[in-house]
Amino acid sequence: MNILLILPILVPFITAILCLFFWGRVHFQERLTVAGMLILLIIGIALLSDVHENGIQTAQLGSWEAPFGITFAADMLSSIMVTITGLMGLMTALYSVVGMDETRERFGYYPLLNILLMGVCGAFLTGDVFNLYVWFEVMLIASFVLLALGGERAQLEGAIKYVTLNLVSSAIFLMATGILYSVTGTLNMADLHLVVGDVKQPGLVTVLAMMFLVAFGIKAAIFPLFFWLPASYHTPPVAVTTIFSGLLTKVGVYALIRFFTLIFVHDTNYTHTLILIASGFTMVVGVFGAVSQLEMRRLLSFHIVSQIGYLLMGLGIFTAASLAASIFFMVHVIIAKSALFLVSGVVNRLSGTYDLKKLGGLYKASPTLSILFFVPAMALAGIPPLSGFWAKFALVRAGLEAEDYLIVAISLFVSVFTLYSMIKIWSEAFLKKPKVTPGQINFREADWLQMLFPLAVLAGLTLVLGIAVDPVYQLAQEAAEQLMNPTLYVTTVLGGE
Amino acid sequence: MLYAVVSGFGAALVAPLIHQSVRRWSGWLLVLLPLALFGYFASHMEQISDGEKIAFAYTWVPSLDVELAFMLDGLSLLFVLLVSGIGALIVLYGSAYLADHPQLGRFYAYLLMFMASMLGVALADNLITLFIFWELTSISSYLLIAFKHDYESSREAAKKALIVTGAGGLALLAGLILVGIEADTWTISELASRKDVIQEGGLYLPALLLILVGCFAKSAQFPFHFWLPYAMEAPTPVSAYLHSATMVKAGVYLLARLHPSLGGTDEWHAIVTGVGGLTMLIAGFIAWQHTDLKKILAYTTISALGILVFLLGIGTGLAVKGAMIFLLVHSLYKGALFMVAGSIDHETGTRDIAQLGDLAKSMPFTAVGAGLAALSMAGLPPLLGFIGKEIIYEATQEAHDLLPLVLTAAALLANIFNVAAAAMVTLKPFTGQAAHTPKHPHEAPLAMWIGPVVLGGFTLAFGVASNLLLKDFFAQTVAAVYGKPYEVKLGLWHGLNTTLVLSVVTLVAGGLLYAYLRQILPIVKPLNVGEKLGPDRLYDIGFEGILDFASLTERFFQNGHLRYYLMTIIFTLSSLLILTMTTQIDFDSIQLNVDDVLLHEYLLAGLMIAAAITITMTSSRLMAVAALGVVGYSVALLYVFYGAPDLAMTQFSIETLSVVVLVLVLYRLPKFKDFSTPRSRARDGIIAVMFGGLVTTLILIITSEPLQSRLSPYFAENSYVLAKGHNVVNVILVDFRGFDTMGEITVLGVAAIGIFALLKLRPSSRKEE
Repeated sequence: MNILLILPILVPFITAILCLFFWGRVHFQERLTVAGMLILLIIGIALLSDVHENGIQTAQLGSWEAPFGITFAADMLSSIMVTITGLMGLMTALYSVVGMDETRERFGYYPLLNILLMGVCGAFLTGDVFNLYVWFEVMLIASFVLLALGGERAQLEGAIKYVTLNLVSSAIFLMATGILYSVTGTLNMADLHLVVGDVKQPGLVTVLAMMFLVAFGIKAAIFPLFFWLPASYHTPPVAVTTIFSGLLTKVGVYALIRFFTLIFVHDTNYTHTLILIASGFTMVVGVFGAVSQLEMRRLLSFHIVSQIGYLLMGLGIFTAASLAASIFFMVHVIIAKSALFLVSGVVNRLSGTYDLKKLGGLYKASPTLSILFFVPAMALAGIPPLSGFWAKFALVRAGLEAEDYLIVAISLFVSVFTLYSMIKIWSEAFLKKPKVTPGQINFREADWLQMLFPLAVLAGLTLVLGIAVDPVYQLAQEAAEQLMNPTLYVTTVLGGE
Repeated sequence: MLYAVVSGFGAALVAPLIHQSVRRWSGWLLVLLPLALFGYFASHMEQISDGEKIAFAYTWVPSLDVELAFMLDGLSLLFVLLVSGIGALIVLYGSAYLADHPQLGRFYAYLLMFMASMLGVALADNLITLFIFWELTSISSYLLIAFKHDYESSREAAKKALIVTGAGGLALLAGLILVGIEADTWTISELASRKDVIQEGGLYLPALLLILVGCFAKSAQFPFHFWLPYAMEAPTPVSAYLHSATMVKAGVYLLARLHPSLGGTDEWHAIVTGVGGLTMLIAGFIAWQHTDLKKILAYTTISALGILVFLLGIGTGLAVKGAMIFLLVHSLYKGALFMVAGSIDHETGTRDIAQLGDLAKSMPFTAVGAGLAALSMAGLPPLLGFIGKEIIYEATQEAHDLLPLVLTAAALLANIFNVAAAAMVTLKPFTGQAAHTPKHPHEAPLAMWIGPVVLGGFTLAFGVASNLLLKDFFAQTVAAVYGKPYEVKLGLWHGLNTTLVLSVVTLVAGGLLYAYLRQILPIVKPLNVGEKLGPDRLYDIGFEGILDFASLTERFFQNGHLRYYLMTIIFTLSSLLILTMTTQIDFDSIQLNVDDVLLHEYLLAGLMIAAAITITMTSSRLMAVAALGVVGYSVALLYVFYGAPDLAMTQFSIETLSVVVLVLVLYRLPKFKDFSTPRSRARDGIIAVMFGGLVTTLILIITSEPLQSRLSPYFAENSYVLAKGHNVVNVILVDFRGFDTMGEITVLGVAAIGIFALLKLRPSSRKEE
């Protein structure tokens, strides 16, 4: 029993409860949340170094031996994801202190944020299929309330679509879980790895794989299941969008990676080819959606979809190199995309709009903000030496080595349009003369700096991850090695069987 | 050497601050860096000329085989000297040209960033490191073209340049990776020794094509050349530096660098020579039809790049020698001429040659620089340009494996166009009658005329003392590109031969073309079909087309209607299930046991189906709620039959409660309205039945095998012994799987917050947004 596996759940949970105790004292909640997130980040780093040094860690909850109780297991992938969750939580909390309106803060914004992260961490750490379902529910309800919090018309419309489509995902997930249990008799992921091969109808396992693909595919916003994302992500305040974009779809991708490396690996020709096809369409349709937008947040939202395609590409190619590339890509895109969403929030605070037609003049008005946009934007477009370049390079190289030429060609084609759409924002919002002059920076200096601080950290990270790429990339490779050798995971969870 | 590259990036970071603190003298201060670099690299001249190579490698990303490897040989030394030397002149020039510009600090930053990137390109000895610097030159070029960002034309030009070179860059990346995979090394200097492996592998042609696309896009070769004339929107110092002397030569550089490993094949000869030849002719032909100084210079630049590519395509020792000499020639004269064009624009307010004349009197220093450069461009002795042109003619005549006559004719024509253009950009503005210009012309400041004069001086010195100054060094340069040692002899006098005749013909024909320009222009006008059908138009149409298609796709998929979203998802799942089930499930082995189904079970199933149908058909909400209740109760009854009374109790209470709540809520809502047409109802019906049928089939398949759970016996056995609870279900909920329950309780808690917030927090109750 390694306590480090449970703390990522408990810390946000306890922070949330404490926030509820201090319901009326918003500023205290702010501080609590920032502290909680900082602790979460530290725990994430501790977990990461523990797993890095001592191998995969497990915790059997209630000390019920696997596969009978609920198992928590942290391999490199889980630890990386928990760490990045802590980082994103901290950055969002810091931004929210200035960037979130007080009304929302008075109606439970901070407890909800904490619960959301609790769900996310739970999903990354659990080794049990049904328990994963529970964390998905926790995330869904927390994200739904965060999305609707404020009750603006657009918000509610987006929230309805969001919750309906995600409930469909939950229903499929639950149904698939039930069937999985009835044919295998277990819900422990490591155990499942061992027993799926014994199912009398091997085709049935593939059918189940399809159901999980769709259930997680909806969560991950892959083609053609992504509709809820562009319909809802641009409606809530930007801090909410940022944490959603950073983490929620990534949980879906994480689940896909987990299931399709640990459980459904019996017929990769079929399943992983389908994933590759979905990946290609997701990239293209996502970027096509992005280039058609004139609203900054909508444009960025479609990019989330497009980038999910890249993450799936590595899973579809299914080599150690491609998975490492995908994992690194995931870290990169979480950071870069969050930075961009936060920029859009600052832009809105300065100019009062997200509309690229009306925006302009920010390059003159604020060189600092310009740099803080340009760096992550170029990172997203894969320009070296920023993080996105390495992600793209590693993925393309893995694809070419595996001789999957078509998907490589598609990914490069999409890359051109990613660059185009980033340049579009830059050109419209920053370079051109504005139709409406950007408002005076009517912040107190301290507020302005505090708002830019998380942005600067994230933008800086895309640069640091680009220049000092090797240590992080090695972690990703280590994670990929573990995924490609599921035996490690299985024996750690079940004991030396 | 790493510091030599990185210092530029460092300087770029602090340049705006330096500019802010010293203002007027920032140019003179910042020029020290490129000058120092020039000195540093020049100090290696002797070593390199002796045939040494200087290599440095630093580990960077071992997990992806990328190291910061640099190598200085004849080829890279030529480039870094050009980059740092001209860079120094440009920093000075820019400081005066943009003296009053509020964003001069940023200008320095971008310029120095470019310089560092370009040094990186020329020095890199690792395929990926090279690519990284390559892309950085594209980005700095973008920032510099968009420098006058208030103008839409600047922004669009910058975007076009970036998209074209960026797309080319992506092709290049794929090509380089293919070469790396095939050769099993990422070190450029090791590639030549694996030439056979690369050229005989199945990936040679795709790799070559991809790399060529990247090089051609960067070096403005047909059909990717069109971005370069637009790039003239950049401030003129930028045009002089990036878009004539250095960056656009990156493609040429890479072709030269990879010539030993990729060159020499039929594909190489055909494509590289062909594209280069086509480019030099087309661009040369367009050049003298313009009257804007920068446009003329831009097209002659494309033409000159074409000549370089053309020569590298031929790839003989003589052709390579011609290419390397001409590369130096062109960088010197074109950098000078662009600076001259900028000075003219700056001092007179126009750069339309029709409005210019007799500037030699008012701008004497500039005129000297311009004159030397133009004479070199026209290929007159004793300037270096003459030597360059002679070697080109020699090389085309001796390309026996190819088509010497055609090649020579093409080179001749391109050079004739060049002579005419050279006359246009200097004779017209500096001699003849004085013309009325928007500003009264006077000499440009020292910082602006020193550049052309220095470059012109080099052209003269190199021409007169070519053998003394350049021979040993160029032997190394040519060897690096040719792949073998090559003896280089340079001189003005080659004897009375065909080559000399060709030179004379070039001059005379070029002179005639300039003299009779007014008569010739109307005749050639109809030949300019390129404006309507050329690659530029195709690019615009193609790109717009993709964007239109993109927004069409977006509107099709993201259509705003929840019902279509749901339908797509269900349809996708159904299709995947059908596909998988029909191909992977062995239906023959499945046996359905319907014998042991009892009568009351049939009845219960019938009741559920009837209730479900009622829900979808009824137009009364109350009825629908009641029918929903029936379904729920029937499920609860099923639990009773199958021995799960506690589950049934729970289900009964939930169903009762939800029916009651739903009735209370629905009571306040208006009546149902029916919006759907019969057709859409039919469609929805089909999808629903399809999905329902699939799930039913699936369940039937599963139930044909007995359920085996290893968990249930364990729970039953241990719930009292270990967990001290009699009720197994309860023990599962609170102990065996207590964590699930904690999660679900959290869900309920959050739902409570949500309901509270939704009820209490309305937009109207808040003051601001």
